[in-house]
Amino acid sequence: MTINGAQKKPLPKGAMQRRLAASNIGEPAPIVPAGTVTGRALITVIAIMTFLAAITAASITLVQDATTHWRSDLAREITIQIRAREGANVAAETAKVAVVANNFPGLADVRILSAQETGRMLEPWLGRGLELDTLPVPGIIVARIRDDVEPDLDSLRVALKKEVPNASLDDHRGWSARLSAMSDGVLFGGALVLLLVLASTALSVIFATRSAVSGNRAIVEVLHFVGARDSFIATVFQKHFLIASLKGALAGGIAAAALFAIAAITPDFLSKVPGTGNTAALIGQLMLQPAGYMGIAVVVLMVVIIATVAARVTVFRTIRSID
Amino acid sequence: MLETIPRAIIPTDNGGSSSILALIRHLNFAIRPRSGARLARSIRPGGRLIRFENVGLRYGTGPEVLRDVSFAIEKGSFQFLTGPSGAGKSSLLRLLFLSQRPTRGLITLFGHDVSGLKPDTVADVRRQIGIVFQDFRLLDHMTTYDNVALPLRILGRDERTYRPEVIELLQWVGLGERMHALPPVLSGGEKQRVAIARALIRRPELLLADEPTGNVDPPLAKRLLHLFTELHKSGTAVMIATHDLSLMEQFDARRLVLNEGRLYDD
Repeated sequence: MTINGAQKKPLPKGAMQRRLAASNIGEPAPIVPAGTVTGRALITVIAIMTFLAAITAASITLVQDATTHWRSDLAREITIQIRAREGANVAAETAKVAVVANNFPGLADVRILSAQETGRMLEPWLGRGLELDTLPVPGIIVARIRDDVEPDLDSLRVALKKEVPNASLDDHRGWSARLSAMSDGVLFGGALVLLLVLASTALSVIFATRSAVSGNRAIVEVLHFVGARDSFIATVFQKHFLIASLKGALAGGIAAAALFAIAAITPDFLSKVPGTGNTAALIGQLMLQPAGYMGIAVVVLMVVIIATVAARVTVFRTIRSID
Repeated sequence: MLETIPRAIIPTDNGGSSSILALIRHLNFAIRPRSGARLARSIRPGGRLIRFENVGLRYGTGPEVLRDVSFAIEKGSFQFLTGPSGAGKSSLLRLLFLSQRPTRGLITLFGHDVSGLKPDTVADVRRQIGIVFQDFRLLDHMTTYDNVALPLRILGRDERTYRPEVIELLQWVGLGERMHALPPVLSGGEKQRVAIARALIRRPELLLADEPTGNVDPPLAKRLLHLFTELHKSGTAVMIATHDLSLMEQFDARRLVLNEGRLYDD
């Protein structure tokens, strides 16, 4: 007889085992239903945040790459300017200085810029079609710094002054310093934006977690009463947030990576974006290096970790307040 | 805290009380505290499971709902907790399953002073207590089977290891054919039996039942009481909170009577 009074025939020996083995129980139901914890809205928020953070991280690497490239070029090149002066032949003085530079250790590819090249450099200031012969245009010499021998630029300055007093050497340190300052500024600003986006993601998850735990208060209470530890309950909720943050972060990260991939294969992508003409001139083509894509992957990972940890900590706090 | 040892699955349909005793014996052997378990060691055979000394409880700045409550629950004992509505029965039960802490006095549960319990120890203590709520507190999105299996699932046990125990218990409470049903489609009596099965599945040291017969008809109420008395015979301490006089008249047991926040041992 069972508790409700029903009479049943005794089962033969072994029948119960066979019946139990054949019972089709299936997968246990989730302790907390997924739909009550995370919704599409949270996944979308995480995806947008990840997209913004990934774009920021990738842009930082782009600017860094560009400034490193510029600085490298500037650092490996010097310019000697021979200013015109009364009663002096600029072309002769320029040739004299070129000989000094050519014989100076550590310099290579010494080249005097032609009148046409100098004219092109002046075009932005003076416009086209000018008669340069009527102007006191300085002579310009460019030289490459050799990789194997570091030239003593101070000695070169002294030697140039001795030979041609109005010759001046520019090793581009001023430009390099300004580029460093700009690069550092962009890096700092980018890092700040990245932090703010990640903090916003964490806050979104915290609010969603609080809401989820409060909404499932009855389940939390039952779990407590049957002896579940806080860590077990936290893990139950955390799993949902891990899955939601993975979905959102992957979607945002893939979208950001796809955007840069499209930019890389589309000529003049940046110049087609309104208001970015100068940026295009500075950065060139948006060709994200592997480190940039790695940065996007790191952002995705960080979003997942931050969301999951924020959810776990919040669940612990909320369930302790319930208890 | 608990471990399962190999055992033969017993038939459940060999009739009447022997069936109940067989099931209880089965549960006794199927799940037992590990020899080194902290809580199990703290309970001496025949000793006190629970001790209240001058316990008082008030909510916020309101009046005391429980005043100078002192009593003990011995291992393997049986008692009714009764009293008029609003006398404090639910508050006392909340103190017993650690849902509430006293505002004064001393409560010792399974050898632990509740005032200094850490969250993990609270969970360990609760694992020694089976609770049957008046409103059942079943999880509506889980099947009958999953609800009953929940206390074993939270221990991290693999589903295959507890499946026979859960099915056997469900068959015994007459819900073998309803194990895939969700609580919203169960009747009040069926829900009550699911709640009882969930409280029993881990073979608790103490069973607390809040108005367990409040939602069932008299014949089923009688059978439920029979179940509780048989559990008591097997060594489980039982406390039933009820104001059903006819239920108490069916079994001669200690009666703890709450009136205006004070407890009287009748």
